[in-house]
Amino acid sequence: MSTLNKIDPTQLAKQLELWEETEVSAFLNKQPEREDAFYTLGGFPVKRTYTALDTKDIPIDDIGLPGQYPYTRGPYPTMYRSRYWTMRQIAGFGTGEDTNNRFKYLISQGQTGLSTDFDMPTLMGYDSDHPMSDGEVGREGVAIDTLADMEALFDEIDLENISVSMTINPTAWILLAMYIALAKRRGNDLNKLSGTVQADILKEYIAQKEYIYPISPSVRIVRDCITYCAENMKRYNPINISGYHISEAGSSPLHEIAFTMANATTYVEEVVKTGMDVDLFAPRLAFFFVCQADFFEEIAKFRAARRVWAKIMKNQFGAKKAESMRLRFHCQTAAASLTKPQYKVNIMRTTVQALAAVLGGAQSLHTNGMDEAFAIPTEEAMKIALRTQQVIADETNVANVIDPLGGSYFLENLTTQYETKIFEILEEVKEKGGTIKLIEEGWFQKHIADFAYETALKKQDGQKPVIGVNKYVEEDEKADIKTHPHDPTTADRQISRLQNVRATRDNDQIESLLNKLLEVAKDETKNIMPITIELVDAGATMGDIVEKLRTIWGTYRENPVF
Amino acid sequence: MPISSADLVARLKKGDLRAASRLMSRAESNDDETLSSLGAIYRAAGRAHIVGLTGVPGSGKSTLVSKLVETIRKDGRRVGIIAIDPSSPFSGGAILGDRIRMTNLVMDEGVFIRSMATRGSTGGLARSALTAVDILDAAGFDVVIIETVGVGQDEVEIAKASHSTLVVSAPGLGDDVQAIKAGILEIADIHVVSKCDRSDSNRTITDLKIMLAMGVNIAIKDRGGKPLWQVPVVGTSSETGEGIDTLIATLDRHRDVHRTTELGEERLRNIAEYRTFKTAEDLLRSRFYKSTNKRIQDVVEQIAKRELDPFTASNDLLKKIAF
Amino acid sequence: MSLPIRVLLAKVGLDGHDRGVKVVARTLRDAGMDVIYTGLHRTPEEVVNAAVQEDVDILGVSLLSGAHMTICPKIMQLLKDKDAEDTIVVVGGVVPDEDVIPLKEMGVKELLLQDTTPKEIVARLEKLVRERGPR
Repeated sequence: MSTLNKIDPTQLAKQLELWEETEVSAFLNKQPEREDAFYTLGGFPVKRTYTALDTKDIPIDDIGLPGQYPYTRGPYPTMYRSRYWTMRQIAGFGTGEDTNNRFKYLISQGQTGLSTDFDMPTLMGYDSDHPMSDGEVGREGVAIDTLADMEALFDEIDLENISVSMTINPTAWILLAMYIALAKRRGNDLNKLSGTVQADILKEYIAQKEYIYPISPSVRIVRDCITYCAENMKRYNPINISGYHISEAGSSPLHEIAFTMANATTYVEEVVKTGMDVDLFAPRLAFFFVCQADFFEEIAKFRAARRVWAKIMKNQFGAKKAESMRLRFHCQTAAASLTKPQYKVNIMRTTVQALAAVLGGAQSLHTNGMDEAFAIPTEEAMKIALRTQQVIADETNVANVIDPLGGSYFLENLTTQYETKIFEILEEVKEKGGTIKLIEEGWFQKHIADFAYETALKKQDGQKPVIGVNKYVEEDEKADIKTHPHDPTTADRQISRLQNVRATRDNDQIESLLNKLLEVAKDETKNIMPITIELVDAGATMGDIVEKLRTIWGTYRENPVF
Repeated sequence: MPISSADLVARLKKGDLRAASRLMSRAESNDDETLSSLGAIYRAAGRAHIVGLTGVPGSGKSTLVSKLVETIRKDGRRVGIIAIDPSSPFSGGAILGDRIRMTNLVMDEGVFIRSMATRGSTGGLARSALTAVDILDAAGFDVVIIETVGVGQDEVEIAKASHSTLVVSAPGLGDDVQAIKAGILEIADIHVVSKCDRSDSNRTITDLKIMLAMGVNIAIKDRGGKPLWQVPVVGTSSETGEGIDTLIATLDRHRDVHRTTELGEERLRNIAEYRTFKTAEDLLRSRFYKSTNKRIQDVVEQIAKRELDPFTASNDLLKKIAF
Repeated sequence: MSLPIRVLLAKVGLDGHDRGVKVVARTLRDAGMDVIYTGLHRTPEEVVNAAVQEDVDILGVSLLSGAHMTICPKIMQLLKDKDAEDTIVVVGGVVPDEDVIPLKEMGVKELLLQDTTPKEIVARLEKLVRERGPR
């Protein structure tokens, strides 16, 4: 009798064939399968079952061990056995004070890291009293115009003791500057600060569409953040290269990872061009992926992502340090999968997705609130979401074994399929002229729009079941949900502080610093962070800085593809 | 009760742009009231300089138009733009994507942009595009630009309907000069090479000049043998603004030649002939379909079974229709 | 041959979510309509200007930022100022239940929110134009 290490493939193949012809056939005669063919949500065909035949050609080194190249099984050798993933529920609304309260509540409920969401004006670079900000101040996130707002946001929160993530993109460098200026004022050691800004501008042009300037100066800003942090903030992740938004914009899981890798490679190339050694900055590049609904596909996806990144860093960029090659990611459950009808079902969806994220080895996790389809979350929704993670961590024991699904015939096979396809796409991007060229041509966007359209049609005809929407629909459902209310005094309170800052600062100094900013901006080789830190410390508003730079860089206009 | 077309025409002549946009929508119909209004509008038009602009996809037409118009506006002239995009041959619908490339013009009171689809009109340019030009002309616009797709037949049509025809090419779209590939080299009064900030643009300009010298486009001469117009190649860059002033000056020059010589008179006669034929064809076709469709359905079975042939059937049908 | 329905799809304000509006654009084109998309980050003034020049049958505003109660009144007023009140205004995206009636009271004809299928959107828009009649 052969044991696992002595399997004879021919023998096994025969056994499989026999099984299909006898047991399976007999069953099919009595009851056919639900579909003629089965696929993952990403369109990968899946078999009835998988055997050693499906993994026999996978190099054993590709699977490896946790904390060892190529990190398929996890970036660290002890993973959650040492420390659980960070439970990092995003928060942000109103003014700095309002969000500060929510931060404190979440910490009291066991949250282990902070994550900040900003309002549209802050995300897009407008001061709260700009005409474009009308109706949007403090609505979908916290309003930050000046350093004074940051002070309110982090009141009584020790930045040296808790990691802070800021979900901000075109204006990331300004928020980072404010964060640094605040830390400096408090006498914090910059090298002790742990946290991240999302700052991934390329995915904005592709998916989320939060951008200000054209591509080139925007990438330069990201490059500056990366090099500045490499030299001044040892524990800080200056970027979260993201696939989440690409997926939410409608892409398949495969494209989510492949396009993220294309963007990541571009950033590394840009920084390497400055002459900085890859091992100096790569350790602090972090990623952000979605966890979508197809349970095993997502786990395979994460494992493939780690393997792909390790190989890219080693083979393409010659990285030597383990830290440069091991992919670490924050994860968020899929907002696009949540529904308005029978919204409590969202809790179950989120639970299963969170479990996949944990089994897939995420370093940090945000679980969505059940009220996601209605508004930004209430405290109650966030508490339940947090408890979801806590149940997984404390009651299921899944965190006690690292990469417990490693070795699964199905999972290893799917992981390798994903890896292969990701590299194929990256090759295609290279052949067609590179990431930035393809962004300008709308290549990524077209793929996303196509999958989004197909998904909409599948939902429409029921091919993609969504409980409450096209299956088990409750016609007379009455909405009984209490959503997070928007405080109508927010804009006034915010603008009041903004005007106060403008009135009490040294405007001549601001003017002079803004001119200096232009000089730095015009010189490609200079780093934009120091002057920005000076500016925010002197009381410059976000709008001051953004508008000044608009005079030389202009505004990006997209050519949409459908 | 919707306002009458006659009332709208009266308003239009006073420069009412709301009336203009409503009339453009109504201009599709073939009822007597509409046709009569269109006639009144036609007679009230004739002041504007009508510019046809075409070029293959990717040649940067919309961006060029946007820059061109922005500059023309500086001397106070009002500009109308009819932007045409192809309809889907399957669904008949269209996504009209030119307006979005002209965001700098949207809030300018002296600019009017109307997007429309080819709607699979046999013979390219939909009648509605030409009536839209009349409408803007009658409303007092100084320049009306018809911007078309650049594939299919409509760019040839454009040359027949406009006073000045611009053909836009761009460097880097392939080895041959695309204007030749698309068969529209000869229709241009002015060739434009966009994206002139690119280093390979000189090659494109040279190629065009050679083709023009070699080709069919002989300079049109007046009775004295003097060339009235020689087709120039103008390089422009929407990014740097280079060449835009030259292009406008060239356009104005062409307009002046057009208005002061027999070249222009002939052109106007040709346009009048084209429009009349086109309108008549259009009316003919529409009346034909109206009265024929049912009759064809009645005999389709027999024709399919080859008991009847299309030739005999058609002759019969024609005899039965009153035009 | 009946005239195709002309639709302007607008993204107003800072909201950059365009997945839905793009699916709708494609859907309407595939249903034989002529669709003009304004692109992102437009102001109410720009959108109404476009709606008037294009004389669209339907102005569809896509909003997921929660700013609909600021933006929609402005749009309705501008349409009135420009003598374009016969434009059918519909709103898509994310709107809380309690805002549906106020929006309808200010003149929004339909709300086509999450989970409205492409087919339904086409059907409802065609119905609205039919009910409006000729203009």
